[in-house]
Amino acid sequence: MATKADRQATTGRTRQSEHEGFMRYRRYMWLKISLAVMFVAILIYAFNHVEPRPNGGSAYGYTMGTIGVLLILWLTMLGVRKRAITAGRWSLKNWTSAHVYLGLSLVVIGTLHTGFQFGWNVHTLAYVLMMLVIGSGIFGISAYSLIPTELAANRGETTQLQMLDNLRNLDRQLHDAAQPLTHEEAEIVQMSLNDDPFAGGLVSRLTGRYPKCGTIAALHAVRGSPSRQAGYGNDALDLVETLLERKRSSLARIRKHLRLKALLDVWLYVHVPLTFALIAALFVHIVAVFYYW
Amino acid sequence: MAVRPCIVIPQGSIFGEVGLVSGRRRGSTIRSIADTILVEIPRNAILKVMASVPGVKRAVTRISTERQLLQMWQSGLQPADLAEVLETAEIKGVRAGEAIFKQGEEGTDVFVIRSGSMVVEKMIGGKPVFLSYVPAGNYVGELELFDHGHAIRKNTVRAAVKSEVIKLNGEAFRRLLEAKSDLRTKAAASVTQRLELASYIEAKKDSFASAVDMYSNVANFLVDNGVGEATDVLLIDENLCVGCDNCEKACADSHDGISRLDREAGRTFANLHVPTSCRHCENPHCMADCPPTAIHRGQDGEVYIDETCIGCGNCQRNCPYGVIRMEKEPPKKPSLWTWFLFGKGPGPGEASHEWAYANAKGEKAKRAVKCDMCSGIEGGPSCVRACPTGAAIRVAPEEFLSVARLERNEA
Repeated sequence: MATKADRQATTGRTRQSEHEGFMRYRRYMWLKISLAVMFVAILIYAFNHVEPRPNGGSAYGYTMGTIGVLLILWLTMLGVRKRAITAGRWSLKNWTSAHVYLGLSLVVIGTLHTGFQFGWNVHTLAYVLMMLVIGSGIFGISAYSLIPTELAANRGETTQLQMLDNLRNLDRQLHDAAQPLTHEEAEIVQMSLNDDPFAGGLVSRLTGRYPKCGTIAALHAVRGSPSRQAGYGNDALDLVETLLERKRSSLARIRKHLRLKALLDVWLYVHVPLTFALIAALFVHIVAVFYYW
Repeated sequence: MAVRPCIVIPQGSIFGEVGLVSGRRRGSTIRSIADTILVEIPRNAILKVMASVPGVKRAVTRISTERQLLQMWQSGLQPADLAEVLETAEIKGVRAGEAIFKQGEEGTDVFVIRSGSMVVEKMIGGKPVFLSYVPAGNYVGELELFDHGHAIRKNTVRAAVKSEVIKLNGEAFRRLLEAKSDLRTKAAASVTQRLELASYIEAKKDSFASAVDMYSNVANFLVDNGVGEATDVLLIDENLCVGCDNCEKACADSHDGISRLDREAGRTFANLHVPTSCRHCENPHCMADCPPTAIHRGQDGEVYIDETCIGCGNCQRNCPYGVIRMEKEPPKKPSLWTWFLFGKGPGPGEASHEWAYANAKGEKAKRAVKCDMCSGIEGGPSCVRACPTGAAIRVAPEEFLSVARLERNEA
């Protein structure tokens, strides 16, 4: 409620406080640019008569091809920009925004470059690879838009390290709680303690389903054990059951955390290698085109 | 460019006391107009003298009060103009959370925030709405001077953190406004703007009551989490954060390979996450007990540790936010391209302890490491530049914690 003391930027630095995500960066600037590029490309294609039929070898085709390949190489440079933390007024958010929208415009640029001539050859292979890269990118955009909220809600204020620590802590308590048990009952606890809670490979990681989970098996076994059937009141077993239940909910949380993180990452294992395959195929495509000119 | 108001500081006088008292960055530039010999007194030394010699404290207080008012109001004011206002000046300590005045009370006194910060609230629809955050170096309570007839406080102003205010007599200030038309115009313009904002919120309270409530809750959460004493703080929007940790990697790669922020740790409220990272507090706790006086506040307000650090760890223990690390500088990594092409070195970001240990050349001492707001690096803080989704932002609380953002549709 007072006049703000004049903020003089003493070294002319700017603070980046604009609170907007990469999709809506500068009021969808890159989306608008991308739409304009696509619109112009389609317009020229529609009014450009090429005999005998539209193809990649016409003046228009060469132009689209050149724009396309330069764009692909530039889009690939996002990986460098992300890791080369040099001084300067760049913003990775701006780059990501441009990467997303200009990358999507390749659908139009690439398709019009082909002139809709497809076949079982390296040229179409390059096209298909490009579409797969774009497709995986679209998966990435949806993951980036939907998952962060869920990830934050699941983790609360707990870090991944704290979740793992909590698990170790529960294991220690289970180990101690199992000491007074009979041999058969202690073996049930072993099912949980000896289990690798994250075994199950990529499928389990991505689906969050762990059918062979030792802790759940142990929980079922405890509940089905003869002394449990006789009712509660067996203090040692009660404690084990409580601890197993806690471990189960703790596991559910960290498994969900890892599943969401894996979903945020997994598409990159398709997107990036396919990009390099695309660049290789493009290289062959270009060499072949000029060699057989 | 606006003409900068000037005052001349004569021989035998002190300067730099406004920054000393408020604990914030320098508010003015001092240039010598003739050959001058200066005596520089370190912060800790002068604080000690002020605490033990009442006469020194009085002298510093008097001069800092006068200069603070001159700096704040500018408008061509000269020390002589302030004589009457200063006569009435009274310095008051305010506990965190205590109100200096409440909505509905009568009063025209004006309060200048000397150190700390204030939160302005207004009861709208039976609920307190967080209107704005006011840091040291500003004044509150002048709204009522522009009223005709009874002066009833329109807002409640309470301290966000332990603060000190200068209470000025309302009538004396009114006479100053009448004498100085420039100052009056400036003050009236800001008053009008704020009254318009308040009536906008009042008019819209039914249509976006939940947005205003939400905003008030978030603002209070941030103040409770130390943003109230921050001058520049990193926030992460968890609706956008994909957890790639590129902010941490960028931090390490811009500073000798050690990251000065922990993205995942820290409190969260309504998807706004305050990571473990320096807030560049006013009156920094880390500065309180640094034997070699290695901690300073830089030109842009950044609190940084210079190379005279002896690694004692006092600052780390004194920081209530846990943002200072004691670390050895790791060996230099191979270049990014050799990692890209040949897989050499640990890659971007902070190297593992194992790698640093295996590749260490000679023994290095541990030193205190903390965020310096990427001072001296063109483009500003790397954490924000390197965020791919725009989740990381750096904010000054007085800009971020204002209900005006609701009007601009930014909240």
